[in-house]
Amino acid sequence: MSNTKDNTIVIDPVTRIEGHAKITIDLDEQNRVDDARIHVTQYRGFEKICEGRPYTEMPAMTARTCGICPVSHLIASSKACDAILAVRPPKGGRNLRRIINLAQIVQSHALNFFHLSSPDFVYGMDADKADRNIFKMMQTHPEMAKEGIKLRAFGQKIIEELGGKRIHPTWIVPGGVSHTITEQMKQNILDQIPEAMAIAQKALRFFKENLPKFEKEIETFGNYDSLFMGLVNKKGNLEHYDGTLRFMDAQGNILEDGIDPRFYKDYIGEAVEEDSFLKSPYFKPLGYSKGMYRVGPLARLNVADACGTPLADRELEEFKALGKGKPVSNSFYYHYARLIEIIYGIERIEELLGEKQTLDENVRAHAGVNRNQGVGCSEAPRGTLFHDYSVDNNGIITGVNLIIATGNNNLAMNAGVKQVAQNFVDGSNVTDGALNRVEAVIRCFDPCLSCSTHALGIVSSRIELRNAKKETIKVIDRR
Amino acid sequence: MIKQKVRVKTFQINGIDVTGRSDSTILEVAKEHDIHIPTLCYLEGLSCVGACRICLVEIKGSNKLIPACTGKIKEGMEVFTDTDRLHKHRKMILSMIFAERTHTCSVCVSNGHCELQDMSVELGMEHSQVPYLTNRFDIDASHERFVNDPNRCILCTRCVRVCDEVEGAHAWDLVDRGLDTRVIHDMDDPWVESESCTSCGKCVQVCPTGALSEKGVSATEMVKKKSLIVNLLEMRNRER
Repeated sequence: MSNTKDNTIVIDPVTRIEGHAKITIDLDEQNRVDDARIHVTQYRGFEKICEGRPYTEMPAMTARTCGICPVSHLIASSKACDAILAVRPPKGGRNLRRIINLAQIVQSHALNFFHLSSPDFVYGMDADKADRNIFKMMQTHPEMAKEGIKLRAFGQKIIEELGGKRIHPTWIVPGGVSHTITEQMKQNILDQIPEAMAIAQKALRFFKENLPKFEKEIETFGNYDSLFMGLVNKKGNLEHYDGTLRFMDAQGNILEDGIDPRFYKDYIGEAVEEDSFLKSPYFKPLGYSKGMYRVGPLARLNVADACGTPLADRELEEFKALGKGKPVSNSFYYHYARLIEIIYGIERIEELLGEKQTLDENVRAHAGVNRNQGVGCSEAPRGTLFHDYSVDNNGIITGVNLIIATGNNNLAMNAGVKQVAQNFVDGSNVTDGALNRVEAVIRCFDPCLSCSTHALGIVSSRIELRNAKKETIKVIDRR
Repeated sequence: MIKQKVRVKTFQINGIDVTGRSDSTILEVAKEHDIHIPTLCYLEGLSCVGACRICLVEIKGSNKLIPACTGKIKEGMEVFTDTDRLHKHRKMILSMIFAERTHTCSVCVSNGHCELQDMSVELGMEHSQVPYLTNRFDIDASHERFVNDPNRCILCTRCVRVCDEVEGAHAWDLVDRGLDTRVIHDMDDPWVESESCTSCGKCVQVCPTGALSEKGVSATEMVKKKSLIVNLLEMRNRER
């Protein structure tokens, strides 16, 4: 619903992203879109808060940057602490960390697809915005809504089973995990796998069947050349827990490979924008803005040679064909990649639970401070996550640098917003459907803005339309 | 003939007739009669100092509230441990303890095993009634095995007392005043440099919060051996 008062339009309510953002759309003299940008408007200062605290507190503390993906922070943070201790957790501990990380990815992807994005697919981008939400889905497509909730619960229950609670578990610690799991816990997870897999496959079928409805969006939803970054394992396959960094260009050329994440600063620069608390990381060798890269499910599937699990590999082959020999560049396909990753996650969890060492008694390495710096890197649902800590000889934190998954995508999200605004927004007649598309392109990236700025957020966004003189002519508040 | 020190006194707690040795505290007699009074700085086996004031009780005829852990019993006195006035004051005291330092439970090593946290549950304290001061103190993690985080200290002085009275080292003491008060080693030396500390770890085990902890433990992992001191003293007495 929009209300016009003077030169301001206020639209209230709802948008489906995690965090608080503002979008400005600048028009030229002919009322055509000249530029569009996303601004993240909060600040929490986690990097500063952590200074002076013991490194042992870091996993629990940094996990508080987010309630959606705390496990991702626990993983990256604990890995940074492993580096400070100069230990490698035992295989059992590593396997258990991998399982909980994948469970986190499955639940987060399910949240994005079913709870946040599926209303766009089911009702279309131009549907009444009062209908574009999970509650309407419950009324008209109860089975799909229930399945979404079940799939998310699958991931959450694994986190609870292993970590003791669904949000902010303290089980992942420097050196490994705090305790092993029992045969019964393993069986409890295995029992849920067939239903979760059936739901994931059904969702993927639904998405693929509905792709023709979104031809125009597919062409213009963040469809541009950019680099891609992600972790790959020794075989060059999909990796979420360990591995090395790979950068790929829009043509599919591998620019850098086998990079130890410890040396991330040699490859990633962080630019600071005047109008956003979210930094803009870029690929250093190409410089700011030219070095724009994307991370997350789309990037991970682009840079990986294979998934390494049978069902996901079959889907990956089909997915890669969309790129016609090049990486898949359309951000709309983030949704597609997300669904393939859910399938991979479920398959891989089953594989890992089948490994003998997963139930090993030895799940944690103990040591004192052996290094004064440690970098932890892992793949969070939204992309590559870096935790970089400096400590004194007593283990007290002296410096922290966090590069959060969503932050990596900042330049790319801006490019996507601009492209969609130019294609769908008409300055003289701004429709709700057009504005929804501007938001929907951001939704493709599944940003977690409160997390990315390590900032306190409420679910809300604001779109400002500015004329050629940069005067705000419309404000659309969507909270 | 009965000596003065073992004379028995009779009085009332919450309307119940109780008796206790003449040198007993109200808290000791209450405990003997299974009457619960919340405590925080008190620890069985150590001397009582009335540092936290959580165990305040009302005495009929007196407007003044007194701590049960240091208040001596008197013949015929009427003590009340469970009144609205006491609930209000205890909650305020607890709020002030929380507000004085930065007790962020969720990331604390003692989360789930903390006496301060338990007290907030017992007293039904859902939020602080006074603003947080967010003072920041440097952590002393210089010791090989232990960490002293003054940000989580409630100044109960259990560490000071156990070190003095049980270990006999008196390595700990207090420095500065008011909000700046801290427990320190020797002449405010880093823990590792303390010449009087024997590294026995009793102070860590009696600390009610996450202020003193073992090094290397993560959030929620610091579980303390609360009965250590009583057991130790019992063993010593047996040897004698």
